[in-house]
Amino acid sequence: MRWALDNLGLLGQLTIAHARLAIVPVAVALLLALPLGALAHRVPPLRGTLLGLAGLLYTIPSLALFVLLPPMLGIPYLSDLNVIIALTLYALALLVRTVTEALESVPPDAVASARAIGYNGTSIFLAVQLPLAGPVLLAGLRVATVSTVSMVTVGALIGVSSLGSLFTDGLQRRIVPEVLTGVVLTALLALLLDVLLQLAGRVLMPWLRAERAVATA
Amino acid sequence: MIEFEGVTKRYSSASGAAVDDFSLVVPRGTTTVLVGSSGCGKTTLLRMVNRMVDPTRGRVLLDGEDVAGRDPVALRRSVGYVMQNSGLLPHRTAAQNVAVVPRLAGRDRAAARSRSLELLELVGLDPELADRYPAQLSGGQQQRVGVARGLAAEGDVLLMDEPFGAVDPVVRGELQHELLRIQRELSRTILFITHDVEEAFLLGEEVVILSRGGHVEQRGTPADVLAAPANEFVAAFVGAHRRDRRLRVDERDGVRLVVDGRDRPLGVLTDEAP
Amino acid sequence: MNLFADALAWLTDPANWTGPFGIPTLTLAHLTYTLLALVLACAVAAPAGWAIGHTGHGRSFAVALAGAARALPSLGLLAFLVLVLGVGLKEVATVVVLVLLAIPPILAGAYAGIDAIPRGTLDSARGVGMTGWQRLWRVEVPLGLPLLLGGVRGASLQVVSTVMIAAFIGLPNLGTYLIAGQRLGDYARMLAGAILVAALALVLDGVLAVAQRLAVPRGVRMATAAVPA
Repeated sequence: MRWALDNLGLLGQLTIAHARLAIVPVAVALLLALPLGALAHRVPPLRGTLLGLAGLLYTIPSLALFVLLPPMLGIPYLSDLNVIIALTLYALALLVRTVTEALESVPPDAVASARAIGYNGTSIFLAVQLPLAGPVLLAGLRVATVSTVSMVTVGALIGVSSLGSLFTDGLQRRIVPEVLTGVVLTALLALLLDVLLQLAGRVLMPWLRAERAVATA
Repeated sequence: MIEFEGVTKRYSSASGAAVDDFSLVVPRGTTTVLVGSSGCGKTTLLRMVNRMVDPTRGRVLLDGEDVAGRDPVALRRSVGYVMQNSGLLPHRTAAQNVAVVPRLAGRDRAAARSRSLELLELVGLDPELADRYPAQLSGGQQQRVGVARGLAAEGDVLLMDEPFGAVDPVVRGELQHELLRIQRELSRTILFITHDVEEAFLLGEEVVILSRGGHVEQRGTPADVLAAPANEFVAAFVGAHRRDRRLRVDERDGVRLVVDGRDRPLGVLTDEAP
Repeated sequence: MNLFADALAWLTDPANWTGPFGIPTLTLAHLTYTLLALVLACAVAAPAGWAIGHTGHGRSFAVALAGAARALPSLGLLAFLVLVLGVGLKEVATVVVLVLLAIPPILAGAYAGIDAIPRGTLDSARGVGMTGWQRLWRVEVPLGLPLLLGGVRGASLQVVSTVMIAAFIGLPNLGTYLIAGQRLGDYARMLAGAILVAALALVLDGVLAVAQRLAVPRGVRMATAAVPA
């Protein structure tokens, strides 16, 4: 506790850097995953390929990816960009599957009836499929966010500053409170973002609360 | 013989009784059908016989012995049980599914297999299908395997929980007549539940018409019930007022036809014995 | 792409295939830690998950555990345990962290496998007079095995990745090439290490994927392959 209070300035800096390194990849990945997932859902032959590639990508350890990416993309090894791109790819690998499965979870009857009353392709996607896919999508987004927050710390091993720097530094200088503070702050940041996502879900999908109330009654 | 003596079942102290003070005797070697809409407690009653459900009050006796005093596992092994969606184990073949019962009773593999094949033949399953998995069988075929498994129990009681409810009407008819044939051969003590009055009248020597909470509205032979419905509920349930239940004889060109209330001909009346 | 050529040259240099820091030795070390952690985690998590699935108790506990495990950074746990236990026990610290990481996905796989079995199937197993143990071993475990192995697969990814991180506290494994390369400014060596770890992870995942497919009972595979007429 003493250690944390003595280093508030550093902790604030690292937390903000950490949040940026986690939020940007998840947001970019979500924007990319929506069209890709929709494509995998609509074109069955592509489904296997896309999800297979996503699975393959997800298999590669993050630390290895930090090393593999720079020569492939021509970006500097020690850079925020390297970590952001690597984590975006991970989040994308998770979210493409999530979006596909979320769209598959939409009852076909709802889509058919929307088509019957005259919705066209794009408006069906935006007005019917996306909202109904919401719960599954949100669940996947929460998993991707929490694991990305945790994975940012690995970037510290290649020298990119985040709360993970407290681990490498604390280990080197043998300061247990520093490491512990890092673990707690990382977990708290994950928890905070998770709660924010849940709140956003509640605001964006008000009908779910009504359904739950009926289900428990 | 199965006897229910004033059984009551409450699933929680707050809710009402699923079954309230129900009594019934199913004589040995006969078929009794409990018929009622969903929520009448018929499945609860059935499952009390093999202790899948224990009554809150009252007793269920099998051949005079209270089932509460018997080990549930041993009891279930001796009582046949056929479920609506066959309930077959998906990772076992048809023959293996039936053999489960003699195997659990301690018979060796070969004996269990030959008993299983014998029963599959009895229920009219093509022997070539014996080594197929449930997923490779049609709904009707799966249900035959389910009946064979029920018959594999060593005791004479067979519990049937809407066994033909999920198959199409044509196959249902075949299975119903198959069951009547098997029952003529084996004379098991069958407790059968359904929500289908026609099925109850076809299969039951005695039918029991239930309303909510396992309340008995009427019991008797199908003929008794149709001839004299005890009350409005029964009359409505069995469709005693329905025009197609009102049959009369109409003579046409010297042939006597049976026609229903909408003048649809149902058959020809003869004096020959069936 | 010059760097990849250098890495390839490094990988094919016979000098890097011998000695205590040769590719075979370090690959074996990486694999040993991974498998040890997976076996220990299975020994704890599979029975616990089966108990949850069989009895239906403790499901919310398992869900909370899986969520918490995702939020905890493995690098932080590792650093913390090494400092607390002392550098002399860094092997123990590593195995403890690996097992802790591997438990939640395996636990979830074990209970989800039982949860996914249709009610009617379990009901009929009870109806024909199977005891609780017979239902567990003859119905729940075999039918739930594919999802359990799915959990092991997820755990193996995390473990392979975390073993690599353990190179930073001085445990020799494929991650060692990355650290040594970083120190020496030898990017080819780092790249070679990254390629080796990625290959190990992919091979292990492939093996588990095959095992997962083989674990699906024949009758169930047919149910998903062709819906009968």
